[in-house]
Amino acid sequence: MQTNELIRTLAADARRPALSLALLWWGAMGLAIILAALVFSALLGPRPDIAAAAQTPRFLAKFVITVALAASALGVARALLRPEESWRKLSLGSAPALVFLAVVVELLVAPAETWADRLVGTNGLACLMFIPLIGLSPLAILLLALRQGAPTRPGVAGAAAGLLAGGIAATFYAAHCTDDSPLFVATWYTLAIGALALLGAAAGQRFLRW
Amino acid sequence: MTFAKEEDLARLMRAGIAGDERAYGEFLKRAAILVRGFARRRVAQTGLDTEDIVQETLLAIHVKRHTWREDAPILPWLYAIARYKLSDGFRASGRRMRVEMEVAEGFTTIESEALSGRDIARALETLSPGQRAVVAAVSVEGRSIRETAQLRGMSEGAVRVALNRGLTALAARFGRH
Repeated sequence: MQTNELIRTLAADARRPALSLALLWWGAMGLAIILAALVFSALLGPRPDIAAAAQTPRFLAKFVITVALAASALGVARALLRPEESWRKLSLGSAPALVFLAVVVELLVAPAETWADRLVGTNGLACLMFIPLIGLSPLAILLLALRQGAPTRPGVAGAAAGLLAGGIAATFYAAHCTDDSPLFVATWYTLAIGALALLGAAAGQRFLRW
Repeated sequence: MTFAKEEDLARLMRAGIAGDERAYGEFLKRAAILVRGFARRRVAQTGLDTEDIVQETLLAIHVKRHTWREDAPILPWLYAIARYKLSDGFRASGRRMRVEMEVAEGFTTIESEALSGRDIARALETLSPGQRAVVAAVSVEGRSIRETAQLRGMSEGAVRVALNRGLTALAARFGRH
């Protein structure tokens, strides 16, 4: 086929379908959060002493960190919906910086002999299992939404979707988990969310090409 | 100069999105010239065909045109798609060369023509018969939507749907080499 023949054909198909990418993305975000909430309440539910826990800075710090992660990953994933390079100007540094800060404060205020117990906690394996489990369906929804976009870096887009799904899942999981030490969060949450990011990157390489 | 080019292209694309086929055709013609200039220098000595890159980029521009925000500059968007399709072409041609070498080592003679499948004409053959007939009528035979509808005993709406699905399927073929 000649290029001018192709152009003629594309022109005959001029009118753009009334698909709003922004609307589609926010719909996917809403659905991702609802799915995470459903899986969370079916499998875990919040811890019984959540009202008392909500008065403690360690418990609250978990949410500051996970929401910061979700927000920054949301920015990157959303920018990657479109082919331009605007995502390069965005940073994913806020959550790691907050984790680092929380760990430093914890090491200053907690006696050294309690560090190991705080890090190991009692829910390490549950954390590794449930964060990916809660985040799996949000990740699938976000990847489907990204497919409607035009990410020029499919792997990066998939990884950003994985971090976003991980941030959403960890926010829910944090309401269940009784291990509130930043040492625990820095170790186990990172591993669990990292697994989702790796899964997202691999899936992105496969499914987000266009 | 650049400013005028940007403004003109954005205006033509906006008119195209609103359904003005003539404006959209003009936009695609100008886009083809820009992409050809962009790709020609970069494919030199790679064995890639400039016109293949141009056609794949035009198809991608078409099926991804909803990713352009009407208030955003259009040239960065256009070149980002061209760059992506060019790197896609490099990757596919690297893989094709590996396949050809493996075939050569196995003393099997398969013509390299059969292994490359990037030409749109060949991708057309993978469409469903109905979609292929409609796409071919509009492209190669140069018929209008109305003529195609009369010729095939379909409604114009059905022709438009078949054309749209055929082009979307065609573009998807290039995404999965």
